Amino acid sequence: MKQPAPADDSPEAEAVPRRKRKPVGWSMIFIAVLVAVSATLVYRRDGIDGVLKILTHDLWLFGEILPRVLAGCLLGAFITEILPHEKVSRSLGPNSGLKGLLIGTAFGAILPGGPFTAYPVAAALLTVGADFGATIAMVVSWTLIGYGRAVAWELPILGTDFTLWRIVISLPIPVLAGALGRFVYVRMYPKGEPS
Amino acid sequence: MTMSALIIDISLWGSVLVLGIIAFRRGRVVVVSAAREGAMDFINIVPRIALGVIGSGYIAAVIPPEIITGWLGPDSGWLGVLTAVIAGGLTPGGPVVGFSIGAVALKVGGGSPQVIAYVVAWALFAFQRLILWEIPFMPARFVWFRAAVSVPFPFLAAALAMAIGKP
Repeated sequence: MKQPAPADDSPEAEAVPRRKRKPVGWSMIFIAVLVAVSATLVYRRDGIDGVLKILTHDLWLFGEILPRVLAGCLLGAFITEILPHEKVSRSLGPNSGLKGLLIGTAFGAILPGGPFTAYPVAAALLTVGADFGATIAMVVSWTLIGYGRAVAWELPILGTDFTLWRIVISLPIPVLAGALGRFVYVRMYPKGEPS
Repeated sequence: MTMSALIIDISLWGSVLVLGIIAFRRGRVVVVSAAREGAMDFINIVPRIALGVIGSGYIAAVIPPEIITGWLGPDSGWLGVLTAVIAGGLTPGGPVVGFSIGAVALKVGGGSPQVIAYVVAWALFAFQRLILWEIPFMPARFVWFRAAVSVPFPFLAAALAMAIGKP
């Protein structure tokens, strides 16, 4: 068995760009604090039984999700490896214009699976040369007009009329969000992304 | 529900297989190195997902859905939209909770633009999805940037809903 990945990846001289693995950032610390505070509140309200009940339920959920997370990671890695990077940065990069935003939107809308595919794939696209704008269009499109969640959850719960109406209204949002993202990005980072 | 889970798993592993075959045709080394990279990502991400999944149960337990439903009363107008957007971001739990709250709000007389704003805001910002999924997989700077840039759009959706009218 491999030992857990250290935060600093050994540098390899390869043509394929590698995603930087993140050290524990303040986002994770914030989440950990939020969880600790919530767990304490549950303990004070429901006692140790309440804490254990949630823990068992969530561990079960975790076990169920784990294989899908692995599949999502593999998907992201294969995409990073397979997609021609010059082509991606041409069609989804900072200079890809409206066409790039539309491609990102279409890609997000047809992507199968759930968050365990959408985010690894989006991260892979960022790695191989898509800019923030096109990636925002993709993520927002997946969450707003992707069929997966709409068919599985929204249709049965909110009904066909409402769901279709909501999706039609949402259609312009991914492109607009991507465009706004680009607009803000070039003003925030005029010299390109800081690393 | 088990049926949709099965479909998700089949389409997911099917996509992995297809991409794996494409990679394999580029050569064995490509597959092996990609699979290794994917596995390393997985090992790296598991603790983050664990914290999110196990932690979100506690966060959800201290924000009962009834509180959120209360925020989505029949208050029409832009104040109602603003409350709906905040409620969407604060809604704990998965899609069942989010959409059910929207359905309840429609039943108890919530306006359609407000419910649209709620559903769109939930899709864009539900903090639990951000914490559980988006931050572990994406660069944190991207996630915050994406969320900030998305802020106007639930309001835009509500405005469009008001302009177009009910279905």
